[in-house]
Amino acid sequence: MSRLTCTTCLLLALGGWAATAAAATSNHAAAAKPDQIEIHNFMFMPKTLTVPVGAKVTWINRDEEPHTVVSANGQFAPSKALDTDDRYATTFSKPGTYTYYCTVHPFMTGTVIVK
Amino acid sequence: MSGPHDNESPDRREFLKCMAWAGAGTLLMMKGGVLHARALGAEAGAEAKDATFSFAQVSDSHIGFHLAPNPDPAATFRAALAQVDALPVRPDFLLHTGDLTHLSRPDQFAAVQGLMQESRAGKGKVFCVPGEHDVIGDNGAEFFRRFGERQHGGGWYSFDHRGVHFVGLVNVLSLKAGGLGYLGAEQLTWLKKDLAPLSAETPVLVFAHMPMWSLYPQWGWGTDDSAEAMTYLRRFGSVSVLNGHIHQIQQKVEGNITFHTARSTAYPQPAPGAGPAPGPLKSVTPDRLRSYLGVRSVRHVQGKDALAVTEEAMA
Repeated sequence: MSRLTCTTCLLLALGGWAATAAAATSNHAAAAKPDQIEIHNFMFMPKTLTVPVGAKVTWINRDEEPHTVVSANGQFAPSKALDTDDRYATTFSKPGTYTYYCTVHPFMTGTVIVK
Repeated sequence: MSGPHDNESPDRREFLKCMAWAGAGTLLMMKGGVLHARALGAEAGAEAKDATFSFAQVSDSHIGFHLAPNPDPAATFRAALAQVDALPVRPDFLLHTGDLTHLSRPDQFAAVQGLMQESRAGKGKVFCVPGEHDVIGDNGAEFFRRFGERQHGGGWYSFDHRGVHFVGLVNVLSLKAGGLGYLGAEQLTWLKKDLAPLSAETPVLVFAHMPMWSLYPQWGWGTDDSAEAMTYLRRFGSVSVLNGHIHQIQQKVEGNITFHTARSTAYPQPAPGAGPAPGPLKSVTPDRLRSYLGVRSVRHVQGKDALAVTEEAMA
């Protein structure tokens, strides 16, 4: 990477940081691995993830608290209790909108959109 | 953190602060729904003498948790039970208000049973209600097999003890996406029927894991349909509601109903809204940890419309 490109990246990153720190973090996580959802501070990030048909989506629990990933209407198999740094993955073979939540902390909800 | 503290006098607030440092206990007398605080000592001891019976509450032992600020919650649970055993008056029974385990694993439930067997209080009569950490993946099957009362399929129950009516509720099952704690229509119907024959003079003590009022819904600290339960309880002269879940003491008075949340024996959580999320308060240093943990004992005073609630920190 050239020095000029590096500087441009840095400026863009700094510019966006102050206004949308949370969004930047989740975008960063999503950019690092497009089919990955991080669980942090009792939130699924990104809260809504759009993936192509056949994508394997992985959740990683970054909290000290256990969380689960459970479809709100039984559309995919539920995870077990995810302890810190545990992962859960499931493959979405049909298009649709999949709402899920953590059964331990049901105020935590998220959506996977499969196109 | 304004709401939950509104009912506390500045004196009590100051006292709680001091208690965190000194580790002293408080005697809380509830009279007609109003809380009176006394420092533990000769005066409180004298008040204890006319108690007809007492019981102790422990909560949120989270056996299986292994991170900061408490990598060894078995040790602190053991210490809490030892503290109950050391009370000057032996409590009639022990109450555990949920989250016995961290992940609902059979080995974690077995560890809780083992720790209970090490203590006199734990070997005696123990009443439990499950926390959301006790019902992950199996809807509480393992919890109810080892710690349930088996009065009803749903796991809730009631009993009478020396003139006081006790009700154990389950508000951590069938939780709805986007919701809080939940009692459900079947349990509410049972509760209404269970309370119906009681005279309004009967002291009632309700215990459940999650707070039975909207303490801080943003963090899930509440029960969606608790208001319905309160409509059945409002006619009684003295109602005490004991909860766990939030790992700190918060109190609220609503008419004759007094709500108390309990400390954890494992780790503290932040005050409502203090920080981005609930969860273990990692900043607590090992030498300060036990000042955030504790047990509670409750005494019934015959002929008085009151239950006396005593808080004891573990250090």
